[in-house]
Amino acid sequence: MTDLNSLRGQVAIAGAATFGCGVVPGYTDMELLVGAAQRAVADAGLTMQDIDGLCTASVTATMWPMVVVEHLGIRPTFIDGTMLGGSSFIAHLLPAMQALMSGQCNAVLVCYGSAQRSATFNRRDIVASRKLLDPQPYEHPYEPMLPPSAYALAANRHMHEFGTERRQLAEVAVAARQWAQRNPTAFERGPLSIDDVLNARMVSDPLTVRDCCLVTDGGGAYVLVRGDRARDLRQPPVYVLGNATACWNRQISSMADLTVTAAQESGARAFAMAGLTPADVDVVELYDAFTINTLLFLEDLGFCAKGEGGAFVEGGAIAPGGRLPVNTNGGGLSWGHPGMYGIFALIEAVEQLRGQCGERQVSGAQVALAHGNGGTLSSQSTAILGTAATL
Amino acid sequence: MSEMQSGVQQAWQARLDAGEFVIQRCGGCQQHVFYPRGLCPHCGADQLAFVTPAGSGTVYATTVVRRKAELGGDYNVVLVDLDEGVRLMSRVEGVAPDAVAIGLRVQARVAREQDRGLLLFDPL
Ligand SMILES: [Zn+2]
Repeated sequence: MTDLNSLRGQVAIAGAATFGCGVVPGYTDMELLVGAAQRAVADAGLTMQDIDGLCTASVTATMWPMVVVEHLGIRPTFIDGTMLGGSSFIAHLLPAMQALMSGQCNAVLVCYGSAQRSATFNRRDIVASRKLLDPQPYEHPYEPMLPPSAYALAANRHMHEFGTERRQLAEVAVAARQWAQRNPTAFERGPLSIDDVLNARMVSDPLTVRDCCLVTDGGGAYVLVRGDRARDLRQPPVYVLGNATACWNRQISSMADLTVTAAQESGARAFAMAGLTPADVDVVELYDAFTINTLLFLEDLGFCAKGEGGAFVEGGAIAPGGRLPVNTNGGGLSWGHPGMYGIFALIEAVEQLRGQCGERQVSGAQVALAHGNGGTLSSQSTAILGTAATL
Repeated sequence: MSEMQSGVQQAWQARLDAGEFVIQRCGGCQQHVFYPRGLCPHCGADQLAFVTPAGSGTVYATTVVRRKAELGGDYNVVLVDLDEGVRLMSRVEGVAPDAVAIGLRVQARVAREQDRGLLLFDPL
């Protein structure tokens, strides 16, 4: 039996790319996926014919891996279509590593595309059709605005238990905007103050529209190969030091404690596999679908104690120049959010470790954490990535 | 549960449509369960039976969904912890949506909406 810890650093991300992020009318989900996939494969110095492993998932198409296989004309010997919402493309890491190390395949493409902002079948239609295709008969009758209301309930509980303030939630959005202002690919780069966030249109109390992620189009993809091969490819390898996924529930009403997510488990397992602790992490990319997410994940992943997330982010602590660089691309709040954001958090972590982030580069970054969230605080997947120096 | 002539979800809704609110209790570990299902999520036993709860509970979390007045205006969505120890989503009526707060004691009531039973709560 293979010890998970023995997989540490054995597999590397050799290519990564995004495509069509922002507003791109006239593109389909598949076309955005293909644009990102082609660029990620080329970034690795490979061709699509080298790809013999595939991981992908779609919000709408349940048999999506078959569609992608057909469209790309590949014949993968490893396929993972596990759909855990926005954490999926980080959760795909560990199965892909095991497939690579067993010799089942040699190059895995993880890919995603969403035209949710521009498509005629848009986010509103998806929410409506999900009520039929994926019913939640004990929640839907009360018309929670999903997903925001689920996160609003968690924020309400966090504020009640720990005295967390709306201003502290707003700090998260402002920090994300300040990073976005250093990222030319970010969708929202205008000025944003704490008062702007507090005074924005209320969506589901206590979350205003500025506490909520953007709705954009975009594709993202990355390529995994064994570490020995990655050293001979185009880009500096980014090694996967640890990865773990945890899921405790689907519905917010079935969550045992709204202030504790399964990131506590995924983070602990990922750090154990990596043999590292939060103090070793230079740059943090969290799935910030809502401002409360960043507080919950900073706590659950061990960057601060439970309940202290609000105080932790105060005074620009996670903004440029702060004590911990978090969501350096601008995050789902200001960079963009094409439906299932996890893959974009991971891609930013890769670019940081390669030192390719220009004005927003975290100097000397050697260890990065990328964390994906799926559903309504339902599934959590944590990846610890490192440069060659961390092996 | 042997008397059931349908799946547990339909059986639960049929009772609610008839004005009766029930939850489940596990014959294995004696814990209450909501939402209704076929196996106890605590112990795995298949001995879940419908029981009538007291209907009293406490608001665990609340939010106000903001909606334009012409579409019906704001409404609240809450998570309620019943005194039997189960949590469920619902709405508290008889009070302004933003006057609902964590800790509020509430009482269950079966209403009718769109010809179906709907579980709601009123402040106690
Ligand atoms: Zn039981």
